[in-house]
Amino acid sequence: MLDATPAPLVKVRGLKMYFPVYTGILRRHTGDVKAVDGVSFDILQGETLGLVGESGCGKSTVGRALLRLYDLTGGSVEIDGEDIAKLSPEALRKKRPTMQMVFQDPQASLNPRMTLAQIVGEPLVEHADLSATDRDARIHQLMDQVGLNRRFANRFPHEFSGGQRQRIGIARALALNPKFIVCDEPITALDVSIQAQVVNLLEDLQDRLGLTYLFISHDLSMVRHIADRVAVMYLGRIAELSPRDALYDRPLHPYAEALLSAVNEPDPNLARRERIILQGDVPSPAKPPKGCNFNTRCPRVMDICRSVKPELAQVEPGRLVACHLYSNIPHAGSTGGPEVYEHLQQGVNT
Amino acid sequence: MPDGGDAVLDVRGLKTVFRTRGGEVHAVNSVSFHLKKGELLGVVGESGSGKSVTMMSLIGLLPSPPADVRAGTVMLGNRDLLKISPDELRDVRGAKIGFVFQDPMTSLNPVFTVGSQIMEPLIRHLGLTKDQARSRAIDLLELVGISDAANRLQSFPHQYSGGMRQRVMIAIALSCDPDVLIADEPTTALDVTIQAQILELVKGLRQKLGMAIIWITHDLGVIAGIADRVMVMYGGQVVEQAPVKELFAHPQHPYTRALLKTIPSLTGTRAARLQVIEGQPPIMMAEPASCPFCDRCAHVFDRCRRENPVRRGIDTRPVGYGHDVACHWTPEAAVA
Repeated sequence: MLDATPAPLVKVRGLKMYFPVYTGILRRHTGDVKAVDGVSFDILQGETLGLVGESGCGKSTVGRALLRLYDLTGGSVEIDGEDIAKLSPEALRKKRPTMQMVFQDPQASLNPRMTLAQIVGEPLVEHADLSATDRDARIHQLMDQVGLNRRFANRFPHEFSGGQRQRIGIARALALNPKFIVCDEPITALDVSIQAQVVNLLEDLQDRLGLTYLFISHDLSMVRHIADRVAVMYLGRIAELSPRDALYDRPLHPYAEALLSAVNEPDPNLARRERIILQGDVPSPAKPPKGCNFNTRCPRVMDICRSVKPELAQVEPGRLVACHLYSNIPHAGSTGGPEVYEHLQQGVNT
Repeated sequence: MPDGGDAVLDVRGLKTVFRTRGGEVHAVNSVSFHLKKGELLGVVGESGSGKSVTMMSLIGLLPSPPADVRAGTVMLGNRDLLKISPDELRDVRGAKIGFVFQDPMTSLNPVFTVGSQIMEPLIRHLGLTKDQARSRAIDLLELVGISDAANRLQSFPHQYSGGMRQRVMIAIALSCDPDVLIADEPTTALDVTIQAQILELVKGLRQKLGMAIIWITHDLGVIAGIADRVMVMYGGQVVEQAPVKELFAHPQHPYTRALLKTIPSLTGTRAARLQVIEGQPPIMMAEPASCPFCDRCAHVFDRCRRENPVRRGIDTRPVGYGHDVACHWTPEAAVA
């Protein structure tokens, strides 16, 4: 990242997304699934922020909440200077063209009864006032941009392969010249040899159109390739948010460390190294553990972790970690950002 | 057999065809391999490469029609699994060959308790009484690392997490001490930290029980961590086969080489751009008369389009026992 930091395009503060649980005959509200519980981060103009975590950690919910596909339980999401959590439906509709999404499953996110041209053209019909010829010209331009042959314009989604379908989804997201695109596991459903094609396309488009991405994935090696900074989520909260190289070289949060160590390297010599094997499963987000939400599986758990929730705080320039292991380290220099310190009496056992 | 008769499973010239409305799809074409006692054979390939169909054909799990296993022999000990009666095959499945499927939710029956599903093969194949079966089921659950096993037997699959369900599937597959365990993408549906748990478990069980394992996956990282020998499949054929370290150090087939290059790594220098294999995997609508990879290959020449290459050894050992590759291209041919 450059020192002359560009302004953040997306500013998320204290984002909360709870899904209510109703039980019994009276369907009484008995609790909440805290899918996202107080998440804050910025995405800079032209940057790719990787969001990684295991299934159920709330990463897709963050992506959807950022585009206000859900009504937020709490917090604010500022995109390009406007808090979309507070926009009226009419104003939100006007805002939609700047923020778009590429979905995980290209099979399920394309209408099987619409042709490619109709799918890519639909946002133009909704939001842009174009004549039929201008619209066709734009559709063809979009198809060229994502590498789809113009002759395919009148074909239906089932006539395309998985990789091509994902290209259609990308073309649709690009139709209204967005600034910000949420890519929700865009390559997970694709074969290895096709994944690289789609990732290269996303990178090319970013260079050419100056796009800003939130790239959600559980594939840590692909995130290392595409992201500038990476946020690691666990059970609805961010455990660590660091620049890419810093995180992969030396993860600070014990969960980030375990997650990276669990990845299988395609190299027999590396793959047989000692790993950190986490015990147990991810707890239910309806009943998150008290204190640090990782304390049930953390290999370096301390007493304080079971009672006090660690805040995400800067422990090194540009690196934010939510962990008590780092909370009494005096830190050097300040570049702003949320800083919370817990002054502990206990020594840190390392 | 070249190195003694210690292969527990020996497959030769297996061909499986699906009859569809659009014509015949040749999903598996002359696949041959063997599995030695105590060995872990990794099978890698993309979806549609025929890796799952090959293994399902071995034990008659494919519905026929549309599937038709046309040719080949599958020798388990001294019996040919393709020739024996359905009843005999039932005795083999579960007792001699265990199978773990990709998705642990859909492969367990939701309306029976986990206990009854583990006990079923014990009663059916080993002829145990219910009480004997129950105590063996408890042992098995403990073996795969599920604590409080006696109480957990009463639970239903939905009360288990994904990783635990996969442990149950492994327990069922191991229940009758099979000679061969076939695991079809057993960790694909799981998260990385849970996947690491399962891989450790399998490594530990192998040392304890010494059975031979076939591990199907599309994840070269998993293969690198667990396999002794690797077989790479593409377009229904085996395109390369080698011991694991040899394969990753000296990949021969252009497909294997490209595949290893397309995966970004967690360590080492970060490539500015990912290597890409252009094009799509083929759908084999006829018996291939050309190399299935020829349309995507960087080294393609005339002979590749005329003639489907057969596997040739690249060291002195016979095909299937050392390092072999099905490709016309050699570094020398590029010059000629």
